[in-house]
Amino acid sequence: MKDDLSRPPFTPLLAVEGLWVSYDRIDAVRGVSFDVGVGEIVTLIGANGAGKSSILQAISGMLPVARGRVTLAGLDLLGVPAHLRVARGIAHVPEGRGIFGNLTVLENLRLATYRRRDGEIERDLEEVFALFPRLAERRRQWGNTLSGGEQQMLAVGRALMSRARLLLLDEPSMGLAPLLVREIFRVIQRINQQGAAILLVEQNAHLALEVAHRAYILETGEIALSGPASELRHHPQVLAAYLGGA
Amino acid sequence: MPAIHLWCKIMFQLLAQNVLNALQLGSVYALIALGYTMVYGILTMINFAHGDIFMVGTYLSLAGAVFLLGLPLKLPLVVVFLGAMTFSMLLTALLGVSIERLAYRPLRSAPRVSAVITALGVGLFLENITLGILGPQPRHFPDLIPLTRWEVAGLTFTPLQVLIIVMAAVLMILLDLLVRRTLLGMAMRAISYNRPIVPLMGVPVDHVISLTFAIGSAIAAAGGLLYGLAYPVLDPLMGVRIGWWAFIAAVVGGIGNIRGAMLGGFILGAVEVFTPLVLPSSTYRDFVAFSLLLILLIFKPTGILGRPVFERV
Repeated sequence: MKDDLSRPPFTPLLAVEGLWVSYDRIDAVRGVSFDVGVGEIVTLIGANGAGKSSILQAISGMLPVARGRVTLAGLDLLGVPAHLRVARGIAHVPEGRGIFGNLTVLENLRLATYRRRDGEIERDLEEVFALFPRLAERRRQWGNTLSGGEQQMLAVGRALMSRARLLLLDEPSMGLAPLLVREIFRVIQRINQQGAAILLVEQNAHLALEVAHRAYILETGEIALSGPASELRHHPQVLAAYLGGA
Repeated sequence: MPAIHLWCKIMFQLLAQNVLNALQLGSVYALIALGYTMVYGILTMINFAHGDIFMVGTYLSLAGAVFLLGLPLKLPLVVVFLGAMTFSMLLTALLGVSIERLAYRPLRSAPRVSAVITALGVGLFLENITLGILGPQPRHFPDLIPLTRWEVAGLTFTPLQVLIIVMAAVLMILLDLLVRRTLLGMAMRAISYNRPIVPLMGVPVDHVISLTFAIGSAIAAAGGLLYGLAYPVLDPLMGVRIGWWAFIAAVVGGIGNIRGAMLGGFILGAVEVFTPLVLPSSTYRDFVAFSLLLILLIFKPTGILGRPVFERV
């Protein structure tokens, strides 16, 4: 359970205003506005094709934006190429995890430090390995030999190596056994407690509403409902559509 | 008995001598094959202009060497060699980067066949602009390496042969280390595996692709200098045949695979050297090389060391 009183006062980190994303001549995202505060976990919930992944891809620069504004800590992001958005503090763990199978676990983690010139890379590596001991055991293994759960751990670890202020997580639970899903979400909460804000896209609405502070419900590219996660959990519309009508 | 003994000795010497020659030629093919394989690995595109980039690199080596020899400084030959190599590698790298930037990058999201046709066009452009500027008459490469011969156990070595093999080996080892051990190498491999994800790691993809062209072209220029020293007659169309051979080398070894390019280079060097020993004349060498390619492609389409095209997410 979240105790809303213990949360820091809201300071906007990511602000999305009137975002339109189109590809293949389809408007995947149609005028969506929302924000993520410093230290917050915000979740976007919706069915397949509701536009959740497109929103994350537009924020990280994988997809071009047709209209709208996206700012991080007040600075415009849309004119910035994707690889420089990483330097601004955005880390996107994409759908399907995007592990490089022809790189080892260690190389996958190191690659994410491409732009870093500070001396703390080794320390951060040890931190990731402490967070995911399984990755430490497999550090010399090729990425394509990892199980789905290990790949998800590696994808999150990679995001941490870039020292993100904002993590964009796309379906971290997809295809994982329930026990592993719990483990991943525990780590996500820990990362959040250490200061990173998280924008979480999930089909597993139960889990997402459990860890998130706030939530937005997306339907066919538009926001249908929003509010504190603790309230949305009991909202009749959400119960009926996403929580199995319980 | 002594007759058989003598015969064995002669045969062994003949074999060893030809292996040495194959190694020398194979080194040059391998250096050029690396450029094909690097570009294919990162863009899944065959840079058919690469043979002509090698040709330009050879001419630039010649220009650098002639310029340095013409200075009234009586420079030591080592300095001329290194100077010509640096000059040629830098300018050829610049040429490769410019070709990618101007001709290939605008077509990156176009159908792959467009890029291939463009590459063929760039090759013709380089051949004809060189022909236009320098004319068709062959040029002679000056001797930068002493022409002494060493005899060891009945084998004849020249300093040039040793230089070619050692320099090619050093360049290949450096490239192998670069690809396997550095962040740049990791970025290159990552791009070949799943390019859309790479920017999310903070890696500037275009920059890495430019560097790939720079490195591949510079290595071809080094190969051009060594080739010019060993086979000192240059003409503007020399890149066509050598380019094809290096391309076959890359495919035979497994295109996209760096060690495969090296292996393929040596195999093609052996084909060229041994063909006239087995068949009536060296005019059969292209026939043998292309037959080898066709047969190999039937039985192992990915080449000797190649893996099937990387799975894409």
